[in-house]
Amino acid sequence: MSATSAVTPVTRTTPAHVAPRPPAKRSSRTGRPRSASSYLLGALAIVAALVWAFPVYWMVSSSLLPSARLRATTPTFFPTDSSLRNYERVIEGSSFLSALRMSLMITSVTVVAVIVFAFLAALAISRFRFRGRKSFIIAVLFIQMLPAEGMFIAQYKMLSEFNLLNSVIGVSILYTAAVVPFTVWMLRGFVAGVPAELEEAGMVDGLSRTKAFLRITFPLLAPGLVASGVYAFLQAWNEFTVALIALPAEQAKTLPLWLRSFMNASANQGIDWGQVMAASTLIAVPVIIFFLFVQGRMTGGLVSGAVKG
Amino acid sequence: MSTSTTEPSTAVDGSPPRRTPVRRRTTKLPYALLVPAVAILLLGMGYPVFWQIVTSMQEFGLAQQFGQPPEFVGLRNYAEIFSDERLWAVVARSIIFCFVNAFLTVAIGVLFALLMKAVGKAPRLVLQVALLLAWAMPMVAAVTVFRWLFDWRTGVVNWLLVQMGFERFEGHHWLAQPLSFFFVATVIIVWMSVPFVTLSVYAALTQVSGEVLEAASLDGADAWQTFWGIIVPMIRPVLSIVLLLQIIWDLRVFAQIRLLQDGGAPVSETNLLGTFIYELGVGRQDFASAAAVSIFVLLLTITISWPYVRSLLKEDAA
Repeated sequence: MSATSAVTPVTRTTPAHVAPRPPAKRSSRTGRPRSASSYLLGALAIVAALVWAFPVYWMVSSSLLPSARLRATTPTFFPTDSSLRNYERVIEGSSFLSALRMSLMITSVTVVAVIVFAFLAALAISRFRFRGRKSFIIAVLFIQMLPAEGMFIAQYKMLSEFNLLNSVIGVSILYTAAVVPFTVWMLRGFVAGVPAELEEAGMVDGLSRTKAFLRITFPLLAPGLVASGVYAFLQAWNEFTVALIALPAEQAKTLPLWLRSFMNASANQGIDWGQVMAASTLIAVPVIIFFLFVQGRMTGGLVSGAVKG
Repeated sequence: MSTSTTEPSTAVDGSPPRRTPVRRRTTKLPYALLVPAVAILLLGMGYPVFWQIVTSMQEFGLAQQFGQPPEFVGLRNYAEIFSDERLWAVVARSIIFCFVNAFLTVAIGVLFALLMKAVGKAPRLVLQVALLLAWAMPMVAAVTVFRWLFDWRTGVVNWLLVQMGFERFEGHHWLAQPLSFFFVATVIIVWMSVPFVTLSVYAALTQVSGEVLEAASLDGADAWQTFWGIIVPMIRPVLSIVLLLQIIWDLRVFAQIRLLQDGGAPVSETNLLGTFIYELGVGRQDFASAAAVSIFVLLLTITISWPYVRSLLKEDAA
């Protein structure tokens, strides 16, 4: 639940005066010894990058190799004779597709619910001053920090009382409750970033309040809503802890649970790492592409939202 | 809809530059807007916490599972569980693990951020992409990959260590002993968490003005003095928030530990708070003790989170 939620603190310290910093012209000015050390640092950065990217590379590379190659005493670093056999086996052979369907359903319900609920609440706290506003904000901020591990036994009991174990609705309720606090906080910045004066101008021009909101404010909030949706997607798609207790049945597993049982199922006869890595890649690659694609825009939106707010 | 009655007044008093019109209106609208969010939070979080508080003060044993009404026992469950040595072993282990991980993550994260600031554009971009890759990896996939990297038979880590001359790592089973189990867990958590720290701190470092650093070097400050005397004080707000978040997140690691335990680790010796609660509640169906430990974890989290929440509240007031 946590990693991405962390974008907030960055925003606080990123005011607009980045520009006047003098460009990095040190090396060219101070001549040889400096540039030698800067080459050294550059090499160091590349090494650090290789070390950090290696597990991801190793996952993809192993997924392309037959298991006989992976069982060899010397690892294969470059999969020259690669094939997609492992992927075919994973998709055909096991309950991958049912887990994919389960994940997609839970994720979409969560994303929609989070966007609607968080947006309405963000509107309330950033456009209105009312009694109980501050208590609500404090409650939201604390709830955001509460660990699933401190609640999951109770959530398990609750779902079993309501007969919602192994159901899409049950997990989606828990996911929405877990994600809404942070998204309320994130959207608050976006809503505050759209000046109420814009809406007013529309109203002066004869639009009703509702129309002014829908035609003027709402489109300006689109990036914020996209960011919240992406955040909710990533959380729901990757979540493991709550899913573990809320979806005990074999046929109700989401992709992370499925990956775990897929690996453990073969543990006794020696894990087929080629297939396990293919399965991991199938889960990870869409997320990585999505994440790399929106990351810049997400932080950018957050920064501007926070600065204006 | 009901708000339309107030609109004509804008036109009547004819003063366009009203700064914040929405603030003055006292309608029920904001409360209505909060209803869905509050309802889902009460359902998904409020009710479980309430259940936990009640259950933690009840006798909830085998007899109750067969339908007998639970009996109120006050704080007896707490007294029992907190006099249990196993709990304290888990608490101590969790706290040590949490601090080691949080400080390692922040230290490496800051080093990488300084590196990113020091190097040219191309290496910086390469490092940034690598960090984003690690950050984006779904956690279950990440743990799976590290189990493969550290596999005792054909894992690449053992192979590398043997190539480097450490023969005793031939067939070394990392997950079988608690200490090397936690070493692998630390590697995974640090790998996953460093990107966030680096990118946050790097964003803060770009705010440190070049003139100040130049002045320091003119005054004869070496790199070490510049770092501790100028850079650290200037990025302190970000640094402390990032450290605090890491401590909170590392205190509640569950999935990584649980998934690594699948690899054949001695469960009772590798349990941290999260997996301990899981074992009590799901494994042994001892809901009262599980609820008591959960409440303890929640209180601990709220206590540690307070400075972070306060800093966010300041942002709201600003």
